[in-house]
Amino acid sequence: MAIETRERQQVSEEPQREPQLGAHLVLQALVREGVEVIFGYPGGAILPVYDALPHYPIHHVLVRHEQSAAFAADGYARATGKVGVCMATSGPGATNLVTGIANAMMDSIPIVAITGQVPQSVIGMDAFQETDITGITLPITKYNMVIRSVEEIGPAIQKAFYLARSGRPGPVLIDIPKDVQLAKGYLAPRQELHLPGYRPTIVPHRRQIRRAAELIRQAKRPLILAGHGILISGATEELVRFAERTQIPVGLTLLGISGFPASHPLCLGMVGMHGHAHANRAIHEADLIIGIGMRFDDRVTGRPSEFAPNAKIIHIDIDPAEIGKVLKTEVPVVGDAREALRLLLEELEPLEHDDWLSLIRSWYRPIRTEPSGPNGILQPQYVIARLHALTEGKAIVTTDVGQHQMWTAQLYKCDIPKQWISSGGLGAMGFGVPSAMGAAIGRPEAEVWAVVGDGGVQMTLNEFATIVDEQLNVKVAIINNGYLGMVRQWQQLFHNRNYSETPISSPDYVLLGQAYRMAARRVTRPGEVDEAILWARSFRGPALIEFVVNQEENVFPMIPSGGTFRDMIDEYQVEGEW
Amino acid sequence: MSVRSHTLVVLVEDKPGVMNRIVSLFRQRGFNIDSIAVGHSETPGLSRITLVAQGDDRKIEQLVKQLYKILEVIKITDVTDENLIQRELALIKVTATDRNRSDIMRLVTDVYQARIVDATPDSLIIEVTGPPDKIDSLITMVRSYGIKELARSGVIAMARGTRVVATVPQPVVA
Repeated sequence: MAIETRERQQVSEEPQREPQLGAHLVLQALVREGVEVIFGYPGGAILPVYDALPHYPIHHVLVRHEQSAAFAADGYARATGKVGVCMATSGPGATNLVTGIANAMMDSIPIVAITGQVPQSVIGMDAFQETDITGITLPITKYNMVIRSVEEIGPAIQKAFYLARSGRPGPVLIDIPKDVQLAKGYLAPRQELHLPGYRPTIVPHRRQIRRAAELIRQAKRPLILAGHGILISGATEELVRFAERTQIPVGLTLLGISGFPASHPLCLGMVGMHGHAHANRAIHEADLIIGIGMRFDDRVTGRPSEFAPNAKIIHIDIDPAEIGKVLKTEVPVVGDAREALRLLLEELEPLEHDDWLSLIRSWYRPIRTEPSGPNGILQPQYVIARLHALTEGKAIVTTDVGQHQMWTAQLYKCDIPKQWISSGGLGAMGFGVPSAMGAAIGRPEAEVWAVVGDGGVQMTLNEFATIVDEQLNVKVAIINNGYLGMVRQWQQLFHNRNYSETPISSPDYVLLGQAYRMAARRVTRPGEVDEAILWARSFRGPALIEFVVNQEENVFPMIPSGGTFRDMIDEYQVEGEW
Repeated sequence: MSVRSHTLVVLVEDKPGVMNRIVSLFRQRGFNIDSIAVGHSETPGLSRITLVAQGDDRKIEQLVKQLYKILEVIKITDVTDENLIQRELALIKVTATDRNRSDIMRLVTDVYQARIVDATPDSLIIEVTGPPDKIDSLITMVRSYGIKELARSGVIAMARGTRVVATVPQPVVA
């Protein structure tokens, strides 16, 4: 990239002799925080920062819409564990970030969003491109702030990064008026932050750990529900040791995928609305649920009063507000998932649950992956299964939101932490392509597959341009069923097949890919699937494959929204009917 | 669990936008505020908010936990079950005529130990301090005369005795 040839400015901890522009101080502070990449889009109110940008060792990725900058920063953060950074101008630039920021808030992703703001002299005057972005993002950021003077730049940016990545991570927005960017001053040295109201508990209380261990010893049918907290705290190894020692099976939330190896004999796969039947049945029959780094989201629990009706609950989470929010909890454990598992391992001797494990195994039925349906048309599940097989399960996989997301969650068996990147809590369509971009920038050695639907991809396909600009190793797999498939499935099941506004047309994706100078192919027959995937893998760089699949295929099993395990619709039950 | 009125004392850093964050949280999470009163505390840089909200214990616990997630919130104490002194100030402008003025004044000063702080030929302003139920009672009594204007400060509270319920913890350096 061009930055290799740019003159680089050293950021030293030596006191600066000459006062410098705030814009330079912003970038120096970012470099000091370890920022290597910014996903952004320039504009009037952030121009001084862009003016200074070429002087710093930061790779700026020019996105085609600010929403993608936030999604890409999110994907970067999920793939690397580092803080992702996005930047936009005031007004529309800032408001376009909002969906991405909300996504990061819901999924606890550490991103820092930097927005330009109109000069303080005209704030409140409805100036051109003025928007109260700190007001707008108040409920969707972990913290946000306006930098009101050049002296605040260093401490504010240090604080933003600390807050974004510590405790329960989340997005932090920094709004910087243009006059602050243009004022001259000095970068204050990094110093200890004084945050009396922010004291995340990392190491859990030993007494709660002992109580948890006692319940685990007594349980006959215990079950672990592992969530995103496993990945955030890097607790995969500890979780594997804990599960193996106690012989407790592990169900995963959507965001917990890749936190515990799918190929491990104790792994039950995903639980919840579209979770595996045996995993949901295990919840229903369990006498103890150990929730670790998860939040009993409604897509996991269905109707909370009927969830795990025979089980006591141990809930381990770093955010005390999550404990007791949805379910009555016998043992609350506030702390980092990894620390909690370490302490539990100290307390617990090996246990056995052979009867329970073989009972669960007897319920197991694989998700169907036939190449074609009764009509001979390609099945989407087959595509995902082949993608998993041919990439040897080693790709980083991002998804959009909808049916393809659930099929991928069910069938792309993830064994490597952080290889799974999906919009969970917010369920934001348009996430797949830009998050793949962020993942590929953060992990250039990786093969990144963006598995997307024909609906979601049309929300952010402008980013094909960015992927091509950056020559990212992103392979876009479009699962095209001609519908907003998940909405259509709900219409079929709950609205008498009234397919109101869910049929959706697509451009010719092969021509479109070519228009963006992207290698592109279309697959319509099962026999072409392997060849196309192997073709996309045969070179480094962007590729697009459109898979034209069965239009009215459904995601099963399914527990309807607000329902219980007893309401589960299983494909085996409905075979022949739909 | 029974729904009842909870009084929370919340110590917050005295910084711009903090009240906005707190009120926004109530709106976002669907909690209702019955009363909110803000002022300086005994510690410079810290404001003391007295919040009155309805809810069962679980809902209030969730509210407290969510409030703690606001960076500037330092300490929250649920003082509902303490032996409390609760005080609220109200100013009530009532219609008064030559015929009923002395009745109103007698009622207000004798029964409620309130004061008349302003008078015109056709109105009086009553200043009353006390627990919220005393103020409610006075308002009921003068309503028949015609209330032209009413302003209530929101309740503030403090536990009786030497024990301090809303203490400032030692600052922690991150």
